[in-house]
Amino acid sequence: MNIELTEATWIEDVGEISLARLAELSGLEEVRLRELVDYGALTPVDPGATFWTFRAECVVTARTACRLFNDFELEPHGLALVLTLLERIRELQTELKRLHAELPS
Amino acid sequence: MKYKDYYSILGVDRKASADDIKRAYRKLARKYHPDVSKEPNAEEKFKEVAEAYETLKDPEKRAAFDQLGSFQPGQDFRPPPDWWKQFAEAQPGFEQHAFEDIDLADLFAGLTGRGGQRARGRSGVIPGQDYEVAVQITLEQAYHGAELDLDLSLPEYDESGMPRRVPRTLKVRIPRGAVDGQKLRLPGKGGKGVNGGRDGDVYLNIVLAPHPLFRVSGHDVYLDLPLAPWEAVLGTTVRMPTPGGPVDIKVPPNTAAGRQLRLGGRGLPKPHGAAGDLYAIAQIAVPATVTERERELMQQLAAASTFNPRQHFEEGT
Repeated sequence: MNIELTEATWIEDVGEISLARLAELSGLEEVRLRELVDYGALTPVDPGATFWTFRAECVVTARTACRLFNDFELEPHGLALVLTLLERIRELQTELKRLHAELPS
Repeated sequence: MKYKDYYSILGVDRKASADDIKRAYRKLARKYHPDVSKEPNAEEKFKEVAEAYETLKDPEKRAAFDQLGSFQPGQDFRPPPDWWKQFAEAQPGFEQHAFEDIDLADLFAGLTGRGGQRARGRSGVIPGQDYEVAVQITLEQAYHGAELDLDLSLPEYDESGMPRRVPRTLKVRIPRGAVDGQKLRLPGKGGKGVNGGRDGDVYLNIVLAPHPLFRVSGHDVYLDLPLAPWEAVLGTTVRMPTPGGPVDIKVPPNTAAGRQLRLGGRGLPKPHGAAGDLYAIAQIAVPATVTERERELMQQLAAASTFNPRQHFEEGT
């Protein structure tokens, strides 16, 4: 059987995406994404622009937000807080990993 | 079709109230949700828990589940003949279909609950489901890129609207430079969209397997470089492994243990051309046994040297 080869693509290769596209890719409604922007968990490229665009990496955060919203039924402020803390944990884990890598085994 | 006991998965009695079910789900979700949990097999456990809650939180679906009867988990079963008429608005003869490859979760996902309309019968655009899959790659695969076979089991609907698990193998090219924690996307390779809805995507969560020599942080790679005491003092040239193949590096004289020798661009490649660095961390290794001649030379060195590695102890008092 001939199996077609699929190229895995970098998420950030897409560049910038619109609010509507972010909603489509993440599964979160635009109104929820706007709330996350209001609470500081997502940042548009230019918050002052009439039509927001986002760096493509925001898809990862927005998809996490969608899962947490659906699975824990979180209200927007709580959701933004969880996302901020998860990002903080991710940064600390990255730093911890770097320190472990620097230690002789 | 294999039976799953949604009540025992949530750890509640069959007569549990809606509040009890919600409380049990929340407790287990907190414990196993893959975004917040560090438990082993958290993702698998959470899938079970979420599947159970998705059915039991809806009164119609819960009633439909209860009407299936009670079996042992994993036991093959068929819904009672009148079950379809009551809950699934079956096509004539629907109950005669084979059930071996139907997953209970897909069956209940096909019911909208509260009226028993089959989801597939709804009109309107429905996007295909996205999936996330963890993929472990080796350091060598991260360096060179790789082609991997990915086995997925995705639900598809037959002409009568019956959901069936269809095993699919995707051959996937992982680009060079994918590192631990990286997310990659396979556009349109997830669940099929309905009524013109877009096909879902598959997201790959890259996990880098531990390597016996190299430790990786982002695109930077770290390696212990053991040196004999005299090599550390006198300096030397050593052949050292790197992800791209062995290289000769000059170790400068008087290299202390813990000193990092940086080889720019010898780490893992980055997505668009550049590369991380390789850090060789000097370690002073001593022989487990020495010859008589080596011992004599060491003793001579000890007698001749004025070096005091603990000078700072005296300065600190």
